[in-house]
Amino acid sequence: MNNNAAKAGSGATQAGRPARLSLADWMPKIVMAPTAVAAIVCIYGYMIWTAVLSFTNSRMLPSYNFVGFDQYERLFMNDRWLVALSNLGVFGGLFILICLFLGVMLAIFLDQKIRAEGAIRTIYLYPMAISFIVTGTAWKWLLNPTNGIEKMMIELGFEDFRFNWLSDPDMVVYCLVIAAVWQASGFVMALFLAGLRGVDSEMIKAAQLDGAGIITTYRRIILPSLKPVFFSALVILSHIAIKSFDLVAALTNGGPGYSSDLPANFMYAHAFTRSQIGLGAASAMVMLGCVLAILVPYLYSELRGERHE
Amino acid sequence: MSNVAKRQTSTLDKALRIALYIALLAMAAVYLAPFLVMLLTSLKDVEEIRSGTLLSLPGSLNFDAWSKAWSGACTGSQCEGMAPYFFNSFQIVIPAVAISTLLGALNGYVISHWKFKGSDVFFAALLVGCFIPFQVILLPMARTLGWLGIANTTTGLVMVHVIYGVAFTTLFFRNFYQSIPAELVKAARLDGAGFFTIFYRIILPVSTPIIVVTVIWQFTQIWNDFLFGVAFSGFDTQPVTVALNNLVNTSFGGKEYNVDMAAAIIAALPTLVVYILAGKYFVRGLTAGAVKG
Repeated sequence: MNNNAAKAGSGATQAGRPARLSLADWMPKIVMAPTAVAAIVCIYGYMIWTAVLSFTNSRMLPSYNFVGFDQYERLFMNDRWLVALSNLGVFGGLFILICLFLGVMLAIFLDQKIRAEGAIRTIYLYPMAISFIVTGTAWKWLLNPTNGIEKMMIELGFEDFRFNWLSDPDMVVYCLVIAAVWQASGFVMALFLAGLRGVDSEMIKAAQLDGAGIITTYRRIILPSLKPVFFSALVILSHIAIKSFDLVAALTNGGPGYSSDLPANFMYAHAFTRSQIGLGAASAMVMLGCVLAILVPYLYSELRGERHE
Repeated sequence: MSNVAKRQTSTLDKALRIALYIALLAMAAVYLAPFLVMLLTSLKDVEEIRSGTLLSLPGSLNFDAWSKAWSGACTGSQCEGMAPYFFNSFQIVIPAVAISTLLGALNGYVISHWKFKGSDVFFAALLVGCFIPFQVILLPMARTLGWLGIANTTTGLVMVHVIYGVAFTTLFFRNFYQSIPAELVKAARLDGAGFFTIFYRIILPVSTPIIVVTVIWQFTQIWNDFLFGVAFSGFDTQPVTVALNNLVNTSFGGKEYNVDMAAAIIAALPTLVVYILAGKYFVRGLTAGAVKG
């Protein structure tokens, strides 16, 4: 019945006018309109708005007294921001490298026809399902300088074992790395395992017939063909690193002092609790710049690749 | 090859395989340990925590910390435990997931089967929304929510999650609908079927897997969100992640790690349950969003 009605309806448009005037042809645009408006306003409009704010001397409330690049100058004179940026460099660099290394290694190990592969994979990946706030809370306890891992090792007989990175301004950023790697490395493993399963098995057989050992096969044939997976993993991990906010909030709250701040925490603190909206906006724009620097080449190559297909 | 050599390689193989299993199981233990420590700590009393170590077993099963975390612990100035915030999170997550999934399905359907001039540009523009650091929209969004009179409300949070979630849901559905043959939709159009008829009768019946993937993805993302929660919620509308962070950072008198750990597990439980029940779809969402994004 539904079908008949639809047929009758469009039959009328076909008989009468060009289809251009029918409601059906407007439908796709009407359906997309809310998302389009929201995206234009809430992504691009707000980006521009934040950019505008970063050129004003706004403090507690937005004001529109333009002061040129003053906020950016203040930002890069600000020790806390410089600490946050260098933390991002250390944290991001180590986080990405260790996750890639562990992810590739675990994926290769798991790809050797392992018994109970499903169960092991589930264990490696479960941290990805929980919030960074939970991860931060758990690791705050594990890394507790007096009651955590340190105490456990001392009770095990390592009397001189010291592990107080969480309260050491020079080492605290490595605590962030440990917790973040625990959370995200299983995800990299899953990406590479999916990639490994997609490698052409004929190619591997051919290499082995030629007498290539297992290590050579991986190094020369399999891993190079996973280049796109490396690329995606790299983009996603750097994206996670730049956006990291929750983990710092839960694990260290930026401390001791501001020694473990990351840019996202700097931005939130200045824009929302320290009444420095202009400065906060400027730091947000720098973060956006970092993400775009990674993202634009990636999206460009992805979209171009799709057109070639 | 002589028999001796053959036997040697096979023992070497065996040794390598044993080493492989040991490495894999050791890593599994490393991934499991933090959760095990959380669970053990949540079952001890304060005295046992002080005298024991992370992995020492509790003397008896003691759920006091759990009941305190659920209904008595202080999260900032209020001392009602995690329960109210747990339900807040559901009030935010359920409508936000439903609306963003529905919009994503319709958008994906348009972008893959009802292309119009500019729909591809629109899709590319929307993709950027998957990746921007949200710090760049926090300040204007806070002002907008204020103007709309929904600052610090659940409605406001639902709206924010829908707006910034739609980019992802559209991406998921678009990638899935690309694989439905265009001829199928074209034939239906020639038969006179309209936009929604085709959606209901042809597209929706085959969409179950992608709907499951999207719902799980959105549920996990929104449940685990902290940034929007801390920036846009009020005292009564805080999601569970914000409450957990407040609980851990509130210390009247001594620090009660057992209560902290119980609260953390409570906050993690819904997404963990989803992951254990539907892990396959969770992984598919992760890799689909990643590889294709």
